[in-house]
Amino acid sequence: MTDPKVTQSEPAPGSTDTQLEPGQARNEVAPPSRSQQVLRDILGGSAMISVLAVVLALLAGGILIALTDKDVQAAAGYFFSRPADTFRAIWDAVAGAYVALFQGSIYNFRADDFVRGIRPLTETLKFATPLITAGLGVALAFRVGLFNIGGRGQMLVAAGAAGYIGFAVPLPPGIHLVVAVLVGMLAGAIWGGIVGLLKARTGAHEVIVTIMLNYVAFYLISYLLTQQWALQAPGSTNPKSAAMLPTAVFPKILGEQFNLHLGFIVAIAATIWFWYFINRSSMGFRFRAVGENPNAAQVAGIKVKSVYVWAMVFSGALVGLAGVNQVLGTVTSGFTATIDASIGFDAITVALLGRSRPVGVFVAGVLFGALKAGGYSMQAAQGVPIDIVLVVQSLIVLFIAAPPLVRAIFRLPVPGTAPKSRTRKLEVAK
Amino acid sequence: MSVATGSVTPSSAPIELEKAVVRNWKPPIGLGIFALIGILLFVVFARPGATSFRFSTDGDQIQIPIWVVDAGAVYIVVTILLIAIAAVSAFLAYRARRTPIWLIAVFAALFMFGFLTWAAAGASLPVQIASLLVGAVSLSVPLVFGALGGVISERVGVVNVAIEGQLLAGAFVSALVASATGMQFLGLLAAMVAGVLVSFVLAAFSIKYFVDQVIVGVVLNVLVVGLTSFLFSTLLAPNAALLNSPPRFDRIEIPLLSQIPIIGPVFFRQTIIVYLVYIAVFVVWFALFKTRWGLRLRSVGEHPQAADTVGINVARTRFWNVSLAGAIAGLGGAYYTLGSVGAFNKEMTAGAGFIALAAVIFGRWDPIRATLAALLFGFALNLQYALSVIGSPVPSEFMLMVPYLVTIFAVAGLVGYVRGPAAAGKPYVKS
Repeated sequence: MTDPKVTQSEPAPGSTDTQLEPGQARNEVAPPSRSQQVLRDILGGSAMISVLAVVLALLAGGILIALTDKDVQAAAGYFFSRPADTFRAIWDAVAGAYVALFQGSIYNFRADDFVRGIRPLTETLKFATPLITAGLGVALAFRVGLFNIGGRGQMLVAAGAAGYIGFAVPLPPGIHLVVAVLVGMLAGAIWGGIVGLLKARTGAHEVIVTIMLNYVAFYLISYLLTQQWALQAPGSTNPKSAAMLPTAVFPKILGEQFNLHLGFIVAIAATIWFWYFINRSSMGFRFRAVGENPNAAQVAGIKVKSVYVWAMVFSGALVGLAGVNQVLGTVTSGFTATIDASIGFDAITVALLGRSRPVGVFVAGVLFGALKAGGYSMQAAQGVPIDIVLVVQSLIVLFIAAPPLVRAIFRLPVPGTAPKSRTRKLEVAK
Repeated sequence: MSVATGSVTPSSAPIELEKAVVRNWKPPIGLGIFALIGILLFVVFARPGATSFRFSTDGDQIQIPIWVVDAGAVYIVVTILLIAIAAVSAFLAYRARRTPIWLIAVFAALFMFGFLTWAAAGASLPVQIASLLVGAVSLSVPLVFGALGGVISERVGVVNVAIEGQLLAGAFVSALVASATGMQFLGLLAAMVAGVLVSFVLAAFSIKYFVDQVIVGVVLNVLVVGLTSFLFSTLLAPNAALLNSPPRFDRIEIPLLSQIPIIGPVFFRQTIIVYLVYIAVFVVWFALFKTRWGLRLRSVGEHPQAADTVGINVARTRFWNVSLAGAIAGLGGAYYTLGSVGAFNKEMTAGAGFIALAAVIFGRWDPIRATLAALLFGFALNLQYALSVIGSPVPSEFMLMVPYLVTIFAVAGLVGYVRGPAAAGKPYVKS
């Protein structure tokens, strides 16, 4: 019995992409279909578009900050008698917020020395680390045409498994860390593999299964955190684990004054592995083939079902690495059931922004890490709720996903051919 | 199980066309697993004692007496019946016949009865069947609205992952507007507008700019979570009395109907939003399958090119129906603030939109079935609250897990390969 999704006819001859495969469709076969052209437009969009998208998103965030700022509201009360006050208040609010964002994420120029000044940048990279690995995991699933919303569950089980090894199983230094990381990734791989197996064997929709497994993992970890024999810290009544043993913690790579740990190097390694795997290995080729067109892949003799299983296994392992990173690197004093810190969901936007490409995901992860690090400093310094970061992140992805919109806003020409009168038609056609 | 032999088709018939024998072993396996769980609970970990069930609420005129059963007897009867049904299902699968849906429903009801008896055996308080169901309906209202929005949107060919965002936007705006104006109906209206606004973005990006619909949906969810949380922290929380204390709808008792035992309190002693659900489900079903509008909508979702050929404007049909879907989902969001919870809170929908999405797929893109799936989810969610009142022997985390596990079982075992509208998720580029 074949997968109905595979045998199902393609209604529009122009579109060869199937359902639920965002961020890919890179097909060199001529002539490219229109939707592929559109996707390629997104994928190959110029750096200009990306920069402008960030600018637009920050602009929108600035408007929000200005609208909700107390001083601005007060000054707007007498706008018509002294309008300059309002504009000054707006400037103070927005500039203050974004200066705090910069200081919290890149370089704190008010610090006494360089070490303290550059500290925010290392914080950015620390926040970026789990986003990169989880983003790679989601991206890997995207490349196969699967949508992995299960980042939360995969991270939680991985964190639970790695954390258990980390605080309860004493091992020699070095080996301990490696074992903890591998066990965590294995747990994530299993949690992801269940999804792939169910999809391959029974056809269960991966979106449903991943969502459901998120909740299952959350309650499972919550339960284990209340049990003395499992994850709960000995003698404690809080649903929290014990602190990690020093041998299982990612060492700090830039010295003790920075929080950046070995996890970042692991994330770089994962990025390189992703690139090699997806672009150079034969399995990666099969992954991409299934992602481009499961129909054709099936005909070509690729076992689509086994690809689904393995894709989810690898995806779960990479997302699990983010969970490992959380417990062994970022929060080593013991974890709770919210250790995932919604990174599993952020990873989806990271993968989308990075267009499921290794380097793209890496850059997107660093950008979102910067927004996160800066967001906390913005909240502390200016009282702007950290939620603004979510708004800015999502707007960036939206704008980057729709280059014609950004072009229309900035009145940019369509790349390639762009006589003014035909612009609109080309936009649609492209 | 034995290997299939040629004796499946009777040889007495003179002319026998060869039939493909398709045996689907999923239902018996699924039922078998649950029967095993039943044996495990009811035989191995049996809890002795008596269980009492209460069917009436205090407001009922007709009071049904509390029903007390001996747990031991229930275990025997239920276990035997569960095994029998699983065996029948296996037999039907062997004969290459489908397990009828009513049999699965009977199985589920029996299992639930046995489980409730088991969980409450020896408890001092009776199992409140009526309030269990009332709570289930209450929890499923936003799920049903969300699922209806999802069904319409996906039937017209736009995958709606943004249900969560539409619910949350509806909840936020309805709280704001209803608090500021003091009128609940304006809140309802505003919730619909908020849902439509979210839909506009979804529609604009997916239909005009051909951005992948799932991407837009996911990003919109994040955007709405960010926006509402930000505005909640900056506007609603500091001015809670003025902006975040919406007046709630009162319960309306429908005369006569509300006095029917069990059914009355569950379905006819609810707020107006719940009554709107009944209307919405019927209207959506009728409109989708019995009107010209529905035919056009479905044709656009199944085969946009054919629809275009016969003169249907695909982009416009999609745009307005996605907006309509947003309005319905937004209404579901209003239920949180105007119907059940009250004040708005950060991320108060807590993933209900995703469960609604699961209900859409579980219900195979059919409004009635999606509604039933949403009711099932609501029941499973509420079961945990009901059991925590009785003092359940199972850790609450496992009870909380049950709805999600059941969904996975159901999706993997009973639904299996689902086929959505053919063109859902694909942008239509007019050639």
